[in-house]
Order: sequence, then structure tokens, then C-alpha cells
Amino acid sequence: MAQRAIREYDGKALFSKHWEDYFSGFHYSFKSVLVKSKDELNAKAKEHGFEWLRNEPLVAKPDMLFGKRGKNNLVLFKKDKPGDVDLATAADWIGQKGSHTTTLLSGQHGVLTHFIVEPFTPHSQEQEYYISATTVGEDDVLYMSVEGGMEVEEGWEEKVNEVTIPINMSDIDINHAIRSNIPSGIPADKKEEFISFAEQFFRFYRDMNFAYLEINPIVFLDNNELAILDLVARLDDTAGFMMSEKWGDIEYPTAFGMEDQSPEERAISEADAKSGASLKLTILNPTGRIWTMVAGGGASVVYADTIADFAEANGGSVGDLANYGEYSGGPTTGETKFYAETVLDLMTRHKDSKGRDKILIIGGAIANFTDVAKTFTGIIQAIEVYAEKMKEHNTKIYVRRGGPNFEKGLKDIKEAADRLGLYIEVYGPETHVTDIVRMALEK
Amino acid sequence: MGALFTKDTQAIFWNNNKSAIQRMLDYDFTIQREKPSVAAIVAPTSGGNFDKYFYGPEEIMIPTYKTTKDAAKEHPSADVLLNFASFRTAYDVTMEAIGIKGQFKTIMVTAEGIPERMARGMNQAARDAGIVVIGPATVGGIAPGAFKIANVGGTIENIVNSKLHRAGSCGLVTRSGGLFNELSNIISINADGIAEGVAIGGDRFVGSVFIDNLLRMESNPQVKYMVLLGEVGGTEEYRVIEAVKSGKIKKPIIAWCIGTIAKHFATGVQFGHAGASANADAETAGAKNKAMAEAGIYVPESFNSLPEKIEEVYNKLKKDGVIEEIAEPVLKEVPSNRRSKNFICTISDDRGEEANYCGVPISKVATPDTGYSIGDVMALLWFKKKYPKWASQFIETVVKTVADHGPAVSGAHNAKVTARAGKNITDCVISGILTIGPRFGGAIDGAAKYFKYAKEKNLSPQEFLGYMKKEGIPIPGIGHRIKSVRNPDLRVSGLKKYAAEFFPKTELLDYALEVEKLTTSKKDNLILNVDGCIGCLMVDMWHSLDYNEDEIDRFIEAGALNAFFILGRTIGFIGHALDEKRLAMPMYRHPWDDILYQIDEAEEL
Repeated sequence: MAQRAIREYDGKALFSKHWEDYFSGFHYSFKSVLVKSKDELNAKAKEHGFEWLRNEPLVAKPDMLFGKRGKNNLVLFKKDKPGDVDLATAADWIGQKGSHTTTLLSGQHGVLTHFIVEPFTPHSQEQEYYISATTVGEDDVLYMSVEGGMEVEEGWEEKVNEVTIPINMSDIDINHAIRSNIPSGIPADKKEEFISFAEQFFRFYRDMNFAYLEINPIVFLDNNELAILDLVARLDDTAGFMMSEKWGDIEYPTAFGMEDQSPEERAISEADAKSGASLKLTILNPTGRIWTMVAGGGASVVYADTIADFAEANGGSVGDLANYGEYSGGPTTGETKFYAETVLDLMTRHKDSKGRDKILIIGGAIANFTDVAKTFTGIIQAIEVYAEKMKEHNTKIYVRRGGPNFEKGLKDIKEAADRLGLYIEVYGPETHVTDIVRMALEK
Repeated sequence: MGALFTKDTQAIFWNNNKSAIQRMLDYDFTIQREKPSVAAIVAPTSGGNFDKYFYGPEEIMIPTYKTTKDAAKEHPSADVLLNFASFRTAYDVTMEAIGIKGQFKTIMVTAEGIPERMARGMNQAARDAGIVVIGPATVGGIAPGAFKIANVGGTIENIVNSKLHRAGSCGLVTRSGGLFNELSNIISINADGIAEGVAIGGDRFVGSVFIDNLLRMESNPQVKYMVLLGEVGGTEEYRVIEAVKSGKIKKPIIAWCIGTIAKHFATGVQFGHAGASANADAETAGAKNKAMAEAGIYVPESFNSLPEKIEEVYNKLKKDGVIEEIAEPVLKEVPSNRRSKNFICTISDDRGEEANYCGVPISKVATPDTGYSIGDVMALLWFKKKYPKWASQFIETVVKTVADHGPAVSGAHNAKVTARAGKNITDCVISGILTIGPRFGGAIDGAAKYFKYAKEKNLSPQEFLGYMKKEGIPIPGIGHRIKSVRNPDLRVSGLKKYAAEFFPKTELLDYALEVEKLTTSKKDNLILNVDGCIGCLMVDMWHSLDYNEDEIDRFIEAGALNAFFILGRTIGFIGHALDEKRLAMPMYRHPWDDILYQIDEAEEL
């Protein structure tokens, strides 16, 4: 992963934390709380510094990475008329929304668990603007529009001005490019203010290593007061090692509707974080028939591709593919064993619904430097533990691998399977990398 | 444009990655390169000046440097940087290399997960400087039969099996490093191997992209057709399509984008690399495969049928006479059992017909008619160089000047006492030499070191005296027991006269004489003595012979200057020992009355 979405609350907190360093001439009062429940909101309202939750009209909405919350009717800003939401109303709304599954217009569904609550900001449509920045191709692009709010995406071409900013552009040239592309609809008396904000916004986006940053709308209130009404942000998490101080503790939530990681997936990603090697596991269908243990990122993709192709061509479906993942970068025997045990354990939990045999693909391209015999030692140890269960599921094993010491690795795994009474077919570099999928599925 | 690498291409390897470097050298040996493909290693934290590697059955030494700049200076023709720094430092290493004007043509960056903004900045800077960046997040590339980057191709057995040891006809470009090997294998089974191949890297922002590499291959006559393995995500394949449509690329391309699986899963599952995620329909593998096929690129039905497609195109090109049969070259075999040597010798060799000193047979230096003097032999064995006459004669002058200084100095005295104890010449010489050190004869190193330091720091003589006073060290090479300005040391006069006549320049001696003016104005006997004079003139000699400051500093650190004194004075020690033997003097016992005895009774604790 490289670009990862963060919560609206965390994005605003970043603005607030660095406001003085970036946004001279403007004020931003960061009044915002992130809560998981009604009770949490009520408790927060009793804390010092959060008196506004009791004293001001509020806005509440889910903070779970998805957009179009207005269109999904998930922004609470009025009971009868805009600006009449008090703490009790907001708390009840959160309690109610968090109690059942919500389905979005996009079809994504899940239970709402995180809400952001802020003061209601009275303003006029004329005070709303749109601004965002992201990377397109090799360049950064700054988008600005005089029209903020939900409607900006319709008629994007006419409403939004784009400024392309190459990576090595100087600050002076950046300022010049922004100034000469400023949306023409901005009133004369607001123009300098907006230019100044846009320049500072871009620098903030750049220096904080955002991959995407959008405020829609940004509201220009009186007295140089700014209100960030809605914010979407993604960070380039590869910059994390040098941004830890500036970012602080940032959480990367899973997308709404995506189930949280299973304990097995979490265990593998924790092992991955601790290891110099790479270990990845995603469960696509826990009751799927075809399980894979593939070495290498590229190879794992072509195996998944090929399994989908042949499953569909042979009376099955993509749903037969149970997992996606890979191990690479020279994992230790212990790491490989743990990875294999995790996959084998998942594979032997459910019988195939149509009573078919289970298929285990132990695949991989020709390794550059990974010792194949060594990684296979870990897989063999795991197979020894799960042999009986694998037999209960009529597991057929197909192996294909090349690279340093592959002859020994293939011989060892064949011997082990034969000794344990498991069905196995073993192939080396002379066989096309994904051809074992055809062999397994055309039977 | 044309070929990315040739059989003469040499690289500077950043990070002493032993297995990767050894794999490159094994490859070099196998394909019989003349020079190893790694010219130098940058190892910022290592202490040594070189590291040992195998070249076939033998070991060779590859120089190591602390910085890329130093390595580049010493190896101006090494135009490839293999940047094996971690994701934390890879950016800085690349930017430094780009800044060394005119050095690098290609920089390969292996680190995965360099911050995107830095990767973009680095890629742009390289593009502006006309440097090809391979990576980041790549295993590299290969020009079979010429140059192989690091771990590409894996083991030597696999390299030979995949025909990566000699140029074939295919130009291969992939994103994935793991599948690069696999594709090389497929191409060797179904065609005649590859002529050049690059894995461009898996990160979102990589330096050279598909089109850059394919255009170069289009211009490389060795490449007859190309295989491109793309991936879901991004739009780079469309630039290839444009080039095919516009006729910029005329050679046949066989292409496939992996990641067709992604269409079955809405969002959230990351298939493959960081760069591999479709943000629009056009970025899906299926759409790209379709668009490529429509542009006339050879696209198989699936990845699994890619081998047949390659075979088909290859056979067609062969039938048309575009591709000719390739003669298989003879390969050298890397021995499986190699032992690292415990000792290294770089100055003499006794294994051939005749033993030699630094490549010069002994018979070519021994007799007077060869023109070689003792000074020349010293230059060969001590400094591995043939010195000009003025320098080797200076060396001899030094040796002669310090050969002896009478029986009373500590070394000579020791030699005499040892001889009188009935010991042999070896013992006598050793006992004499053992007294050589900071108080006897050892001031040459110190004088060279401190005067050189002061000169380099541009200290005025006054500042230099202040500095030494602060350090609490008497200036080595200044002062004599008897000799003074009015009663000069004629040895020093002789050396100065020789230098004035024959040295191209004597900058350090001139500086030392300025210092002497100041010290002798304080006290008449604080003259530049013979140690100081030799120390300064040695440094002047090396400067005139174009040694750099580092090399001279290393000589001083190693104690090479005191060595002149040790060698010269040994002549005197042997003389004194022989003198004692000749005189048959009895055992020496020092007289009681010359010793001050003061013995207090030991206190009980």
C-alpha cells in the first residue's frame, strides 16, 4: 500500500496542528470530536474545552472514509430547520444510526461506527468554495472552484479550474500558476484572500505528503475566519518514517463495507510487519475451493488471474478462489511454516458446498535469490501438521517453482506428501508457471 | 540510445551487498568479460579500502569508498550506479549521484517504498540530467552476454538454463521482478532468449517506464521484437499503443497486462504492487489488453497462453529471416568449491619462472647495468611504483644520511651490549631497533604529520606554535641537542641542497623553514632537525609525484616514514655488532658507581 485514506477528523486535526506554520492571515478554530457512540458523545460534552457541544447547534455525520454523505442523507444538520440540532438530538441520531446496517447508494453496506460532530456554521452559498489537490500522472494538480458543496461534481469541466504543478516547480512559479488560473467567478474583494489560501493549501498538501486532499466546501467567513466543512484526505504512507512527528498517531481505517480483517489476516500482517520478508494474505471467500500459497507479488497476481479464467471455463466461478496472497523476499523457515499453517487451517474449516475436492496451489515463478528448499521446509512442516485434515477435504496439491535449490525443494515436498498419503503433482521451471492451474481445473 | 549496457559497462555498487556483487562477478566470469562489472563499492560504514570477491576460482580485490563522489573520482568510466540503499536513504544516494556531473548514464534503485514525492523528484532530476533510472522497487535488468545487474536471473544454473548468458533477439520489459525471471525462461523455451531486459519496478512512480525502454529497444539493432508484461493500474500501456499507432515503434510487440482478476472484486483488495490499482475503467487489465490488441500488438488470450504467442511470433520472424540462428558461446564454469584466501600479497610474486618485485623480475633490477638502484627497489616494494630518478635518489640519500650516528645513541648502544652478551647479529639488530620510537628516530612521522596538518589548515607559523602548545606536544622535528643556527647540522644542509636542486617543489619544507625562523628566534638550537627535514621532504616528494592527501596521510599513518630510519639505521646497528665481534669484547656490566641507588624498605600494607 502507498496511498491510504484517513478519517476526516484526523485530516482536520492535521490542519489544526500545523495551522500557524502554513496559513498565515487566516483563522481556523478546530472544534470537532470523533465518537463511536451516543454515550461517548455525551461523556465528551462534559469535558472541559468541549462546552460548545452543549452550547452550540451541531452537525453530525459518519466519518468512515466514504463520500457523498449528503446524498446518502447521512448528514444531520436540522431537525425542523437548519441549525436546530442540539446535543441530545445528535446523540440520539448517532445511537440510532449505529444500531443497524446502513446501505449506501453505491451498494456498500455495513454498520456505522465512527461519527464526527462539529458546530453548525451558518453561512451563505456565496461563501462556499471548492479546493483539492492530488497527483495526476507525474504532476500535482490543484483544483479550485467558486462553487463548493455537493453539486461541484456535476459540470466539473465548466466549474473547476485545474493548475498542473510539476514536481520541480519553484515556489514563485507555483504561486504564479495559481494566480493566473484562479476561477473567474470569485468576487474581486475575495480574490486576494482566495489566492493566498490556495497557495498555502498547496504547500500544506505537498509538505505533509498528502496523496489527496479535498475540502468541499471551504467556507470563507468574515474576519478571515475559515471553516472546513467537509474534508477527504489520503496520505502517502511510505513517507511515514519521516513524518511520524508531523502526522502524530494516524489511523488507517479499512474501507466502509469491507469487513475488518479476520484474525488470520491480522496475524499475517503482524508477522509481515515484523519480518524483513513480505507476507500477505487476503481471504476472498472462506468457503472457497481453491487455496493458494504463491511466492512473489507478480506471480500471485497471475495465479489469481489464471484461476479465475479456468474456474469460469470449467463450470466453476471466481468464488472458487478462496484467498489471495504471497510470500517473498526470503522468509525464514519459521515464517513460511506459520504462513502455510494459517492457510491450511483456513482451508480445512469448511467442506466444499458442492462436495468437490479441495485444491492447494503451491506456486511461484523462478526465484531470484530465495532458497526454495528452505521455504519449502516450512511448508512441509505445516503440511505434516495438517495432513489428516487435508485428507478429510480430499485435498489435491499442485506445486510449481524454480530458483535457487529448487530441485531439492520439489523432491522434499513430493517425498513428504507421498509419505503422508496426500495427492501431489510437482513441476519445475520447464513447466509454464501457471499451467498447474489448468492441470488442476481441467480434471 | 541503442543498447543500455555493453560488455565494457562497469558499475559502482552502493552498499556492500556481498551475495549480489558475487553473483555479478560469477556472471562476468561465466561470460568471459575482460573487466569485472563492479568497478567499486560504496560502503559508508566500512573501514577498509577494498573487499575480496571471487572472480572464477581466484579472488580479486574491489576497492571500497565512503562516498559515491570518491568512488566516481577514482573510476570515471563506471557509468552505472547500482543503488542498494534502503528506502530511507535511497533518495539521497540517487540525488548525490545525479549531482556528479557527467558520471552516470544509468542509476538503478532497488529500494521499495521510497516516499512518492521523493521518488517523483528524483525521477525528474534524473530525466533532466539525461540519466536513465531503473526502479525504484526493482531487481534491475540485464544485457545478456554483456552486463547483469545484481540478482537478476538468480543462480548461474538458472541463467544458463534461461539463456541469459548470451544475447538473444527479444527485448523484455516487465514491472515485476519475480516475473522477469519467469519471462526470460519462457522466452528461452519458446524462442531464442532476450537481447536486453528491464524490470521497471513495482512502485507507483518509477524512473523509466515501459515506453522509455521500448523506444530504446526499437533503436537497438540486436532487438528484433519485444515482450511487454504490464499490470492493472496506470495508463503507461497507452503510451506504448500511441507509439505503435504513430509508427515510432515498428518492431513486433507481444504484450499482456496481468491483474485481470481485479475486475471481480469491487475495492479494497490490492492485487500486486503499489502501482497496481485501477482508478478508472481504462486502467483495468482487460481494457488495456483489448486496446493493445486493437492497436496491432500481439496479445494472447490469457497469461497462460503467452508462451504459445511468443513461439508464434518468434517462428514467424525466423521464417521471414529477421531472426537468424544464434551460435552458442563457450562458457567458463564457476567452480562450486572456492576457498577464501587468508593472506593477500600485492608487491611480489615467486610463482612464475622468476620471482619479481611488482611485476619486475629480480634480474631486471639487481645488477648495476639495469640502472635500478636500492632506491628504485624500495619504491617498487614499498610503494608499488617506479619512481623518477630524482625521487629514488632522494630515498637513497635519506637512507645514507641516517645510517649511523655513533655508538652512544640508544639503538647502537643496545646493539653493542647485546653483541657483548654473545648473541648473534639478528638479536643485536633487534635489540637496537626496539629502541626506535617516539624518542629515538621516530620524529619523522610526527614531523610530517603535524607540519602537513598545519600547512593544510593554512595556519601561520605563529598559529601553528600556538596550536602545538595547546595540544601540549613539542613540535616533532624541531630542536637539536648541540646544533644551532650558527652551528648548522650539515646533514640537513645536504638534504636541503639536494631538494633545492632536484625537487619540482618543496612547499612543506619551505613552510617548515618559516616555522624554524620563529622557533630559532626564541632559542638558537630550535632548528629544523634531520627528522623534521626528512619528514617534510618526503611529503614534498609525494606531492610532486601526484599522490593525493589521503594517500600521503595513509603512508604517514602506516609509519612508512619511520621505516626509512629503521632501514637506514639497521646498517649502523649491524656495523656496531660486527665491530664488537671483531674486537671480541667481553660481557658488559654497568659499573655500580654509575648508578644512583636509593632503596626504601617496602611499606607493609
